[in-house]
Amino acid sequence: MSDISRIHLLHAAMVVALVICWFVLPVYHAGNLARIMVFAIYAMGYNLLFGYTGLLSLGHALFFGAGMYGLGLAMHLGGVFAGPGILAGLITALVVSGVVGFLALRTSGVAFMIVTLMFAQAGYLTVLLFGTYTRGDEGFVLPQATRALMGIDLSDAQNRYFAALILFGIVLFFIGWLVRTPFGRCLVAIRENEERARMLGYDITRHKLIAVILSGTISGLSGAAYCLLFGSAQAAFAAVPYSIFPLLYVLLGGMGTTIGPFVGTLFMFYLIDWSGGNMMVAGVVLVALALFAPTGILGEIRRRFTPWLP
Amino acid sequence: MAAVNILETKGLTKTYGGLNANYNIDFTLPRGEIHALIGPNGAGKSTFVGMLSGRIPATRGKVWFDGAEVTRLPAHKRISLGIAYTFQITSVFGKLPVRENVALAVRRILGRDREAVRAKVDGVMERVGLTEQADQLAGDLSYGHQRVLEIAMGLAQNPELFILDEPTQGLALPEVEAFMQLVKDLRGETTILLIEHNMNVVMEVSDSLTVLNNGEVLARGTPEEIRANADVQAAYLGGA
Repeated sequence: MSDISRIHLLHAAMVVALVICWFVLPVYHAGNLARIMVFAIYAMGYNLLFGYTGLLSLGHALFFGAGMYGLGLAMHLGGVFAGPGILAGLITALVVSGVVGFLALRTSGVAFMIVTLMFAQAGYLTVLLFGTYTRGDEGFVLPQATRALMGIDLSDAQNRYFAALILFGIVLFFIGWLVRTPFGRCLVAIRENEERARMLGYDITRHKLIAVILSGTISGLSGAAYCLLFGSAQAAFAAVPYSIFPLLYVLLGGMGTTIGPFVGTLFMFYLIDWSGGNMMVAGVVLVALALFAPTGILGEIRRRFTPWLP
Repeated sequence: MAAVNILETKGLTKTYGGLNANYNIDFTLPRGEIHALIGPNGAGKSTFVGMLSGRIPATRGKVWFDGAEVTRLPAHKRISLGIAYTFQITSVFGKLPVRENVALAVRRILGRDREAVRAKVDGVMERVGLTEQADQLAGDLSYGHQRVLEIAMGLAQNPELFILDEPTQGLALPEVEAFMQLVKDLRGETTILLIEHNMNVVMEVSDSLTVLNNGEVLARGTPEEIRANADVQAAYLGGA
């Protein structure tokens, strides 16, 4: 079997497995899984920039928040339906990531981390500043009646699960396709040796900017989906911890792999869940992983067993 | 009509904090020629080709490629015009397979056509003798093979001008000979600008030479003329 068919099969198998999960898992875990899939979209967006392009951003909460508030405010204050709401979330994230990318890409390395962190802090403070509309830390709730798409009630647990799964599947296949295109290969080349890629005639700045915009928009999609499916927007989602989470998910699951972000999100979610919120246990496990599987769970599997993993 | 000179510079100067690494270099390179750039260490050879390829911005002066001025173009645009550049210090994508290294060079030109890319990559690897190593990681290759891979990545772009910065540095004798054969085979396909310390290589493969010394052109001519040039001997041997 060729690598390409294996990859398609792997991604398809994953989506099928997630469909089955709904029918076999207890309600509690199925509910968790819906949340995990939404955050996995965020992690996949982050991974495109960090894992594939090699740019470490500490400000992705800004893009997640842009999607969340783009949809949330459009529906909450603008009174639009869910469909245009999603569009508003995506456009907000696209514009914000375009502007931030344009400015932040003038720097690199540690400076890039700091600049993205500062932009995200500015975004978080902006949400608090306009508390009259955003209701700040307390946030706002989308009424159940508005959370419907094409007549489907997205506040219903089953509909929510499958809506999350559809979005997750779309993003998974999109990333799986993207990283195999000449554009995606060039991102990996930039990660591996930027100067060499430039001297092969690639426009590095343009490639990086597109990567930031794609990564930011996918992160925004996740934020918008979270707001729509779980019905609330809070400033906490735009704060620093939400910039760090996707980094952890990707590091755990395996940077630069298509399914690593999902695995990392799943692992982290249940690590905190099972340790009963005891961050000591979670911390020890994270340190152990960093020591013994520095390339993440999927990275380690790829190294040992399946070099074809995308 | 294509310009007779593939490359031309006028008054090209690079100043680092008051020190002229290159000073007023006027240089022409006729299409199809194999031209060597030699000079003692610190003569400014790498600075000069850095300004040609766009890696180093010029302080003053102008560069023309194929009749068009490129002085202000960024490196990637010059390369897409048809300049290929190999690094003095081996610079490959170490964690990617050899095949992918070459494919990255090809894809910028051939884009999405997977079949065409594969055929071109196979052809180039066959030509330089890397076919057996195709699936290895570039970082696992021997040093000599990595240098060959650098050249393959340049060739893969079908350059009009191929700039080779000390390609034989650190190579064993048989590898140097294979390299010379490759350069001779390229005659007629492309124009080559070769920075080289190995005088045997220079004298054997090049049509003409330029000698740089202290950032300025000291002499230019055929290998025989340069060999007989008293100034050049003085610069290299520290003459009277």
